[in-house]
Amino acid sequence: MSTSQQKNVKGVLGEKLGMTQVWDADNRLIPVTVIKAGPCVVTQVRGASDGYEAVQIAYGAIDPRKVNKPMTGHFEKAGVTPRRHLVELRTADAAQYEVGQEVTVEIFEAGQKVDVSGTSKGKGFAGVMKRHGFHGVSSSHGQKRNHRKPGSIGGCSTPGRVFKGMRMAGRMGGVRHTAQNLMIHAVDVEKGLLLVKGAVPGARGGLVLVRNAAKGA
Amino acid sequence: MHNLDDVNKASLRDDIPDFRAGDTIKVHVKVIEGNRSRIQVFQGVVIRRHGGGIGETFTVRKVSFGVGVERTFPVHTPIVEKIEVLTRGDVRRAKLYYLRDLRGKAAKIKEKRESTAK
Repeated sequence: MSTSQQKNVKGVLGEKLGMTQVWDADNRLIPVTVIKAGPCVVTQVRGASDGYEAVQIAYGAIDPRKVNKPMTGHFEKAGVTPRRHLVELRTADAAQYEVGQEVTVEIFEAGQKVDVSGTSKGKGFAGVMKRHGFHGVSSSHGQKRNHRKPGSIGGCSTPGRVFKGMRMAGRMGGVRHTAQNLMIHAVDVEKGLLLVKGAVPGARGGLVLVRNAAKGA
Repeated sequence: MHNLDDVNKASLRDDIPDFRAGDTIKVHVKVIEGNRSRIQVFQGVVIRRHGGGIGETFTVRKVSFGVGVERTFPVHTPIVEKIEVLTRGDVRRAKLYYLRDLRGKAAKIKEKRESTAK
């Protein structure tokens, strides 16, 4: 990806508080996720010397005794108190950020489309119906103890093996997911809250990254 | 853990009268047709209140031209102009689904007599 194609990405880290519902101006019921986002602080700006343009933001309080020496030095260099989470956003306009600058929910406005990334809830070892949405096997027609199985997983002596990447049962959830093109219903600058229409990945209290949408205009 | 009371407080209505299953109420509903709005009244018996908080709903049942009609409203919805409680019903259930199988006089709910004991 060349730098000229890169978009101006704005983002803020936050915490998912939970879901509720609100009514919009036309009295329609809107399901929203409430995200307590920011304030984040810029800890590093990547530029020509790094070979790419990016801005590093940090979020969340942490006991300074828990921060190791290299990280303490990194935060000291930026002149900010240590934070719990760090994330780097590749953006074309990284040069416009300054180290130590605060990033709050003010970068977003109502009606804007955003992508929200977070770690999904872990589901443990899950079968193919839950994990991959397989339809399972008939509940009747002579089936016995065969209802939630995947069915065939490939051929016989040709190819004589199971293809790589065959979808099977296994650990589900607990991985980073992004919900794309969610609309921001409202922004509460005072309390630092974002109301995003729809669901976002992760449990309540989980870390989420809100960015402006990668797709679309 | 944070709770969302702050967010919900803006949407909660405090002008809703107390009513429960068995009460007969009039619901004044705002209906928007094109660019003008009018008030439509839906009168019937409350057969359930369901859920709590901002998501609480209630269902009103009436018999219209021999056909049972049920409408469910969120308690805090802004489309309800106001709610009038006409009578308090004397019922022993929280959910009056049995009314669906009854018609005529059998589907009538006794009015609650105000207790005089103090």
